Amino acid sequence: MASRSLIRNFCIIAHIDHGKSTLADRLLESAGAVSQRDMRDQVLDTMDLERERGITIKAQAVRLDYEASDGRLYVLNLIDTPGHVDFSYEVSRSLAACEGAVLLVDANQGVQAQTVANAYLAVEAGLEIIPVVNKIDLPSAEPERAAEELARVVGGDAADTIFISAKTGEGVDELTERIVEVIPPPAGDEDLPLSALIFDSYYDLYRGVVCYVRVMEGSIAAGERVMFMATGEKRDAAEIGVLTPGSVPMETLAAGEVGYLITGAKEIDRVRVGDTVTSAYRPAAVPLRGYTDPRPMVFAGIFPTDGDEYPRLREALEKLQLNDASLQIAPEFSQALGFGFRCGFLGLLHMEIVRERLEREYDLDLVTTSPSVAYRVTLPGDEPVEVRSPADFPAAGREMVVEEPWIKALVLVPPEHLGAVMEILTSRRGELGPLNYLGTERVELTCRLPLAEVVFDFYDQLKSKTRGFASLDYEADGYQPSDLVKVDLLLNGSAVDAFSAVIHRPRAYAYGREMVTRLKDLIPRQLFDVPIQAAIGSRVISRETIRAKRKDVLAKCYGGDVTRKKKLLARQKEGKRRMKMVGSVEVPSQAFVAALRVRD
Amino acid sequence: MHIPFCEEVCPYCDFAVVAGRDQLASRYGQALVAEIRSAEEWGPLEAVNFGGGTPSRMPAGLLERILGELSSRFGLREGAEVSLEANPEDWTLQKAESLAAAGFNRVSLGAQSFDAEVLSYLGRRHTPTQIVGAVAAARQAGFASVNLDLIMGSPSESAASWTETLRMALEANPDHLSTYSLTVEPGTILWRTVRAGASPPDPDRQAECWDEADRECARSGLVRYEVSNAARPGHPCRYNLSVWGQGEYLGFGNGAHSFRDGRRWENLRGLERYLDTVEAGRSPNRRFELIEGWAAETERVLLGIRRRAGVRAGRAGEALWESPRGRELHRAGVIGLHGDRLVVDRPLLTDEVSRAILAIPPPESAGLGNIPVPGG
Ligand SMILES: Nc1nc2c(ncn2[C@@H]2O[C@H](COP(=O)(O)OP(=O)(O)OP(=O)(O)O)[C@@H](O)[C@H]2O)c(=O)[nH]1
Ligand code: SF4
Ligand SMILES: [Mg+2]
Repeated sequence: MASRSLIRNFCIIAHIDHGKSTLADRLLESAGAVSQRDMRDQVLDTMDLERERGITIKAQAVRLDYEASDGRLYVLNLIDTPGHVDFSYEVSRSLAACEGAVLLVDANQGVQAQTVANAYLAVEAGLEIIPVVNKIDLPSAEPERAAEELARVVGGDAADTIFISAKTGEGVDELTERIVEVIPPPAGDEDLPLSALIFDSYYDLYRGVVCYVRVMEGSIAAGERVMFMATGEKRDAAEIGVLTPGSVPMETLAAGEVGYLITGAKEIDRVRVGDTVTSAYRPAAVPLRGYTDPRPMVFAGIFPTDGDEYPRLREALEKLQLNDASLQIAPEFSQALGFGFRCGFLGLLHMEIVRERLEREYDLDLVTTSPSVAYRVTLPGDEPVEVRSPADFPAAGREMVVEEPWIKALVLVPPEHLGAVMEILTSRRGELGPLNYLGTERVELTCRLPLAEVVFDFYDQLKSKTRGFASLDYEADGYQPSDLVKVDLLLNGSAVDAFSAVIHRPRAYAYGREMVTRLKDLIPRQLFDVPIQAAIGSRVISRETIRAKRKDVLAKCYGGDVTRKKKLLARQKEGKRRMKMVGSVEVPSQAFVAALRVRD
Repeated sequence: MHIPFCEEVCPYCDFAVVAGRDQLASRYGQALVAEIRSAEEWGPLEAVNFGGGTPSRMPAGLLERILGELSSRFGLREGAEVSLEANPEDWTLQKAESLAAAGFNRVSLGAQSFDAEVLSYLGRRHTPTQIVGAVAAARQAGFASVNLDLIMGSPSESAASWTETLRMALEANPDHLSTYSLTVEPGTILWRTVRAGASPPDPDRQAECWDEADRECARSGLVRYEVSNAARPGHPCRYNLSVWGQGEYLGFGNGAHSFRDGRRWENLRGLERYLDTVEAGRSPNRRFELIEGWAAETERVLLGIRRRAGVRAGRAGEALWESPRGRELHRAGVIGLHGDRLVVDRPLLTDEVSRAILAIPPPESAGLGNIPVPGG
């Protein structure tokens, strides 16, 4: 058990890709925590997807021993956090387990949207912030400018900034010394009843739920009977320990310390992130302030291409959920796509990652419907209901009030691209807020806009119109009434539920037009003419016809060719199996995927 | 009888052919003779077809020698059809006369088009005038049956050009006319250019070409008896009819196929390997396949439906007729049941029907279907 005065709990926060995980590598290295053999870049990014995409998806806690220049051995509990906006709730959770935050900024890119957003979160959480400019080794680096911008964001003096290269290790020792020096040791009283915050958890096939805890008051001993305050669940602390980064069992964890707790619980909902662990015999009077559950922002239907795979899909989703409390699932039936799930995600990246994991780790072939947001619909004399699927949206013509979720967005952009950004935002119904100049090179622009406007190609458009210089952060900002309609797509006269979408009325026509054109190219010609229509209620707003196919015959069929042609026909026949019948129209599964792909 | 030699390989061609290897012709002739001599007893033959490749490139003497070998080994039935494929530029009066004397009585001329621009797109080296001359030469030499092959709907061909090609072809007064849609076969030069962005043939245009050919042939007294073939009464190609009727045939030469006693096999496709194998006294036959039970039944229908007269429905035809897909095809006017015959009323959609037949699950008692069998 470490003396509390020698403990430093901090997290590394930054905009995506500014080098958090690489800095963690250097800190682990200088503490000798990972052997030379096991060392690799971003060693804390352990998931396959994290490694492939080079991003952090899940926060990682690790404990290091560090001998400071004052000759004392300090315990550093560091948490590497993700930078992407979809996972910002991971950052908030980590902050609650720390007294300090290392705020990195890329010397080349300067302050970006998540730099600002995460800095504000850290300030709100009352943490000591150490401003750090990273990647000073880059030839294009402008460390001074980045330091100036950073100082404006955190309200300090640029002279306090530490300059490092997480890649070469330059400046990292200075940073560690600063951590020890300025981040306060944790407060807390070991003699008080136990209260420990569960700031993260994951599911281990053999050990059940593994909780990451920060002990706030009292202490926890291995074997002790503990209680989870929110659920009242009582269990034995089968194992407690610290992560270095491998798990090392310990006898006790005392106030101020960070570690893990295993109770053998298999049900993830009994042991919730944000809950307080206390002693079953001497419980704390009040639980710690927990977290608000992350709310899914976007919803999409996930269906197996082959209907027989539904049970496997369910099993896979349930397994993913064990480690991803933010993933919501509910069974859904589509006439066109069969049985599947309506899933709630934190954002498009989250959705993409879930889909990729399902396809890769569980070898499923999936059709994912267009992402949509959750609307709030009130029919006269009724309570408002949340509609998460366009299929459930009431038909046009009914009297109703529809509200849609809005967000508060923060865009950081160099002044020369400000015009382009404002244009994009206004074209997407944005309400522009005040501008704030962070030095001469960067403007901070706040804006409110409907979430649905961001769910489609917004980010790509923002990036392309600003040559990649704009960055975006956003958070939910309530619901607001809106003029929305449901656009249906009809094939041969019958609506295909999977293609329905809720659209802001002024854009409905363009949307209908686009979908009709897309489908015309994607659906193969049939034996008869197939009209494709986009309609609002019974009013058709766009129409195309797939002409009946006229010719489908192999040129010759000589003796020699019989076997080969038969094989060819048999292969084509197999292809037909991957067709979904929509009424009497054969639609390739691939067409659903392509038609529903987010526009790019 | 497969003759693999060509002047150049045409961009759309995916047959087992070689260009610039004419020096191998006499070796190849030897190999064919050897293969014929070692073939199983059979005959007499009802139809002989020299295809390719370009049989007309071969010296008449060589073709005569091979035909002689065939008739002495198997015998030719009285009035047998003895046919060869010829390219107009090779087909001189002299050649026609020697071949007629050797016993050939039908010639199939690779006319392809009467439009010089289309011919050049197709990589053909003859002129429209040469086609007319070739027909005349065949007539003068006494060929009883003259066929013209046409290729329709190539991207370089306008509607007017096809109309003109048809008109000229029919004016040449052939006994038989084949009209094939240009197809892009994998691995061909055409396939590569299309993959690189050249425009592929338009199937709708081809459908229009086909309709027009169907109409014009009928007006000229040529009766369409198969998807792509029309003939004056008494002139349908017997060799082809036999294939569509699940008849038996023996193929000689590299890449040739045979079908006999429910077995199908294929010769080595590479010319050199074929020659080496035959010269070493070994059989070039490969890939034996036993076609029996349900596979034979579906194949009967698959082949038969290409004919205008259709095919006796039988088990596979009836199963199709009863199936949901069969009902849809009927509703869309694609198939009909005329008495006990299954007929494709919209021949251009024949492959839709074929796939539907292949999709019928074999009945329990239908036997094992296609089994590869080892050895000869
Ligand atoms: N040249 C240079 N490159 C760096 C430095 N630090 C990090 N990088 C590179 O920047 C990229 C992103 O680094 P990460 O450590 O994965 O960034 P991150 O902040 O953890 O990213 P997320 O977790 O996705 O938010 C990687 O290619 C690193 O190699 C540095 O000091 N200099
Ligand atoms: S002449 Fe006939 S066989 Fe020879 S390459 Fe051309 S199309 Fe093929
Ligand atoms: Mg990272």
